[in-house]
Amino acid sequence: MSTLKIKNRLYRDKLMLWIVCILAALSVGPLLAILGEVLLRGYDQLSWSFFTEPTPTAYKAMKAIEAGERIPGGIANGIVGTMIMLGMAIVIAVPAGILCGTFLAEHSNSRFAQIVSYLTDLLQGTPSVIIGIITYIWVVVPMKGYSAFAGSVALCIMMLPLIIRSTEETLKIIPASLKEAGLALGGNKARVMLKVQLPAAFGGIFTGILLAISRVIGETAPLMFTALGCSHIRFSVDKPISAVPLLIWEFFNDPNLQELIWGASLFLLLFVLTLNLIAKYLAKKWNQ
Amino acid sequence: MESVTPILEFKKTCVSYTKQTMAVKYVSATIEKNTITAIMGPSGCGKSTLLRAVNLMHNLYPNIRVDGEILLNGENILTMQAIDVRRRVGMVFQRPAPFPTMSIYDNVLSGFTLNGIKLSKAEKDATIEHCLKSVALWDEVKDVLNKKGTFLSGGQQQRLCIARALAMKPDVLLMDEPTSALDPIATKHIEELLLELQKEVTILIVTHNMGQAKRISSKSMFMYLGELVEYSDTETLFSNPVDERTKAYLTGKMG
Ligand SMILES: Nc1ncnc2c1ncn2[C@@H]1O[C@H](COP(=O)(O)OP(=O)(O)OP(=O)(O)O)[C@@H](O)[C@H]1O
Ligand SMILES: [Mg+2]
Repeated sequence: MSTLKIKNRLYRDKLMLWIVCILAALSVGPLLAILGEVLLRGYDQLSWSFFTEPTPTAYKAMKAIEAGERIPGGIANGIVGTMIMLGMAIVIAVPAGILCGTFLAEHSNSRFAQIVSYLTDLLQGTPSVIIGIITYIWVVVPMKGYSAFAGSVALCIMMLPLIIRSTEETLKIIPASLKEAGLALGGNKARVMLKVQLPAAFGGIFTGILLAISRVIGETAPLMFTALGCSHIRFSVDKPISAVPLLIWEFFNDPNLQELIWGASLFLLLFVLTLNLIAKYLAKKWNQ
Repeated sequence: MESVTPILEFKKTCVSYTKQTMAVKYVSATIEKNTITAIMGPSGCGKSTLLRAVNLMHNLYPNIRVDGEILLNGENILTMQAIDVRRRVGMVFQRPAPFPTMSIYDNVLSGFTLNGIKLSKAEKDATIEHCLKSVALWDEVKDVLNKKGTFLSGGQQQRLCIARALAMKPDVLLMDEPTSALDPIATKHIEELLLELQKEVTILIVTHNMGQAKRISSKSMFMYLGELVEYSDTETLFSNPVDERTKAYLTGKMG
């Protein structure tokens, strides 16, 4: 090969590298910009009371703004509501999702499993507004009122497909030899699933659960139809309740409270980021 | 040879994966208690398929048909509950497969756990020590019993899998090329071990390694295209094969 050709190729390699770098920067740019914007604007709102006090009334906020003071209060009602609803959704969605995923992985060629699998895909693609409306009809109307329970049902429905899929996929990539080894020792299918296959799949399933949580924690639309919102800290399941993304929407609609948007957004962002980091870390640890 | 009681009998055993073809064709043979029987034959001749019929592994896949009879102590396996059969017939696979989430300790006991059998701490400890000693692994791992089984070397893992199978005190131990993923030293360890173990358990071992068959087995089967071509004392089979196909295989002209 002539030196000219080699030079040419090296040159092309370099060019490719540059193009890839530029494209990468282009796609990372907006991400960093969002993070930076939220951090800059939300940073000075973060204080202890921001996490322990409920939302101020518009009047109080207006007074504070007039006096040139920091807006009092915080987003504690939203955090408590989010946690309660997430907690209930997790309690239902995790066992149900794992069971369903297990079924799909074990009976992948049965007709019923194929239908379920298709429905799971459909559910995953369903816009969250629609899930909100459905939950409104199914839960809010019969129960004659908005409630934390209704909100958690909506979140649960949104989490299910993610958990089902991650369980199914992870179980499917576990070597069949493990299952056979378990059965060869005389175990029945259920015990082998419980003691051998599911533990081996734990990393993947747990990652799926964390991703499902980070997917729904910022959902606003389905909660508007179900949890509605509430201006004080509340722990009851059968009453309307607040949530952090609902608060962001409320803050946006109230000129006096707009300052608070950024603190709340920063909280959500950091929460999701932490979950993702944990998920990554676990996935890595599990693969070793 | 002290005892000549048959423990396992194949009677016209057939296995088919598809409707058109049979992977194992009318195999009939009697396996004596406390012996090592080697199954040899070219790749794809149905050795694994025959072996997996004995612990009803084929039951897991609805399309696979097993016909004929396989008698374990006179009882037809094919009409028994899979769980009962598998408790009495242990299996060691080609690739060592310790359960990755379990410690060495729990791996040895996994047969009990998977059968829902509860043991006292003392019974557990005694089982562990006995089983690991009988696979000559005890000295190497007695201080790391709580480590994951997957930290061990390949040969150690395979011995752990043998210990796991032995813990259930099976009558028959099926081994599908148990040393093919191991180096010569680990292989030698396991061969010595098997010779020791035949006092307790009847072993049916698939091997591609003729030297291995010669070294450890008292009886040998030669299979070809799903048929059991020849079955006799290992010595006879190697020194004086009757069938042309066996001769061809042993002299390296086939396989
Ligand atoms: N799951 C399966 N589905 C369909 N056919 C199969 C399946 N497993 C094995 N076979 C076929 O059955 C025949 C016997 O296979 P088997 O695995 O028993 O051979 P083997 O003697 O163990 O070979 P090797 O020495 O390579 O392990 C082969 O022709 C193979 O193609
Ligand atoms: Mg094989």
